[in-house]
Amino acid sequence: MAELFGRLGTMVTRRVWQLGYAARFFAYVLMHSGTALRRFGLTIREMYFAGVMSLVIILVSGLFVGMVLGLQGYETLQRYGSSEALGILVALSLVRELGPVVSGLLFASRAGSAITAEIGLMKATEQLAAMEMMAVDPIARVVAPRFWAGVLSMPLLAALFSAMGIFGGYLVGVQLIGVDEGAFWSQMQASVDWRQDVLNGVIKSIVFGIAVTWIAVFEGYDATPTAEGVSGATTRTVVTSSLAILALDFVLTALMFTGGNAR
Amino acid sequence: MKRSTIDIWVGVFVAAGFVGLLFLALRVGNLTFSTSQTYQVQAKFANIGGLKKRAAIKSAGVVVGRVSDIHFDNESYEAIVTFNLDSQFKFPRDTSAKILTSGLLGEQYVGLEAGGDGAMLRPGDRLRLTQSAVVLENLISQFLFNKAAEGKDEAKTGKYGK
Amino acid sequence: MVEIEKLSFGYDRAEPVLHDIDLEIPAGSVVGIMGQSGCGKTTLLRLIAGWLKADAGRAQVLGEEIGRLDARRVFALRRKMGMLFQFGALFTDMTVFDNVAFQMREHTELPEELIGDLVAMKLEAVGLRGAAQLMPSALSGGMARRVALARAIALDPTLMLYDEPFTGLDPISLGVIARLIRTLNDSLDQTSIVVSHDVEECFAIVDYVYFMAAGRIVAHGTPQEMRGSKEAFVSQFVQGATDGPIPFHYPAPDYEPDLAAAPHG
Repeated sequence: MAELFGRLGTMVTRRVWQLGYAARFFAYVLMHSGTALRRFGLTIREMYFAGVMSLVIILVSGLFVGMVLGLQGYETLQRYGSSEALGILVALSLVRELGPVVSGLLFASRAGSAITAEIGLMKATEQLAAMEMMAVDPIARVVAPRFWAGVLSMPLLAALFSAMGIFGGYLVGVQLIGVDEGAFWSQMQASVDWRQDVLNGVIKSIVFGIAVTWIAVFEGYDATPTAEGVSGATTRTVVTSSLAILALDFVLTALMFTGGNAR
Repeated sequence: MKRSTIDIWVGVFVAAGFVGLLFLALRVGNLTFSTSQTYQVQAKFANIGGLKKRAAIKSAGVVVGRVSDIHFDNESYEAIVTFNLDSQFKFPRDTSAKILTSGLLGEQYVGLEAGGDGAMLRPGDRLRLTQSAVVLENLISQFLFNKAAEGKDEAKTGKYGK
Repeated sequence: MVEIEKLSFGYDRAEPVLHDIDLEIPAGSVVGIMGQSGCGKTTLLRLIAGWLKADAGRAQVLGEEIGRLDARRVFALRRKMGMLFQFGALFTDMTVFDNVAFQMREHTELPEELIGDLVAMKLEAVGLRGAAQLMPSALSGGMARRVALARAIALDPTLMLYDEPFTGLDPISLGVIARLIRTLNDSLDQTSIVVSHDVEECFAIVDYVYFMAAGRIVAHGTPQEMRGSKEAFVSQFVQGATDGPIPFHYPAPDYEPDLAAAPHG
């Protein structure tokens, strides 16, 4: 019995210790980001691998999510005679929640795991050690560019996801089902506030980008330099990032969308 | 992978991302580069209900401005609402402002009804005639109170046979 | 060039991996550090390179007490050192050319034409100038290690560290690497430390050798002295005998009773 508590205690302390270590790592990456920003070509290269290569999955998923929203939304709304509110439903769902969250999850599983695997493998094949031996800081040269590439790519991907989704909702709602096109767009424009909804969605995606990329580079850098170590780190990146996105989404939504007038 | 190819693709990606953002902000949302000027007037309300900043101000159903600020006046214990009205629309000094609801349970907005005064509102003026928002709870409690009062009168008359 | 005095180190303070190491590596020489796998020789190399800090004793490298330097000064010192990792550790996302040019591009402001010439020179020294545009995945083990060697000498370091340079190579590549280590050391005025457990290749090129076992130096001398040594460990190692101070059997209970006992495992 006592052993059980002991093990629980060790698990908790280990997690807390790891969190502290991860936080120090984050601070170190930020402090040594000079190279990544001065030699922007490095960051651009990583943006290609993280952002551009994720475009296909983001656009296709966005389209399908939007189309499903259009279908399901219509089914429910037309029962209350409010099928003209379809535009509002699709737009708000995407811009406020689904855009940042789903694209964040997709980014974590595609680009996040790739970053972790890459850094982990570089560690396992001693490439990071070789870099240090040549007096080049691997965190400045390898880790920081990937971090900033992720942070910069995420809001763009989320915006494209939402845009594709709204287009998908339009395709299904207006073209396929026959909701009035004018009502679709005008009601949407009347209800979606660019500051309250769109901007907040962008802020969410930036926060998610920071969280996902931080976890990805940390897990890669911290991985045990063996095959199992790298594969375990990759899995952990996807799992931890996904949980972090969902938890942060709740916190941000609570902060942003609880309304309130006179502040 | 050639350096120039990467740069091109990343450029396309960033451009597409910004286009997406603009689409969301302008086409989907209501961001306007309003080149029109606005002027400010104020109004006091006993109760603003669910009125929020950036709520629409409509006259005859057409949007003529937006609510820019709401705050509480600690002396008169009323809400002071500041309106940003489009400069091309001028209203008489005795215009009244009411807080209305769009639809049955929709968003609240300010409705302006123009009066007949010859002089127009100037920037910084205050609207004299205002009507507060209808608060559902007050309606219900008023209804219940009326009902209770009726019942009591009946009981009194009945008991002492006046 | 390198002087180590009474050095002790353990990854976990309670369990030291190196005990009381004394060694001296004179400038211009090629010195071998040999021993069983796990005897601590790679750890010793990392201490010399400044990766690890000793728990006790002192390690003087290139005139500086490397254990006392902060990160920036260690980096500055490393510019005069070169290290060849066991499997090359080439950057897999760059060509051979870019790998060798890496240090030049990171640490100097040399124009690209000059870098091109320097890289060609370094690759020529290891015999791989024609492979400059290949990717590391296209190279054989021996070739990869030679490219890594060219990369390590890119900025003409004075101290070269070789971590198991002979492991896993075919006889021809073995000979090539061994010859390169010696030739580069002499022609570029370097000092080299070779950590290995390949007796023949090592003895052929080193001036002096240190033998380690269980974290201690057990013997040292010139290759000739070591060949004729009466020291039990050294003679077992040099001759590759199956039994001696390093036993053949991993500690286990007695054989017959173990067979007769109930099945386990």
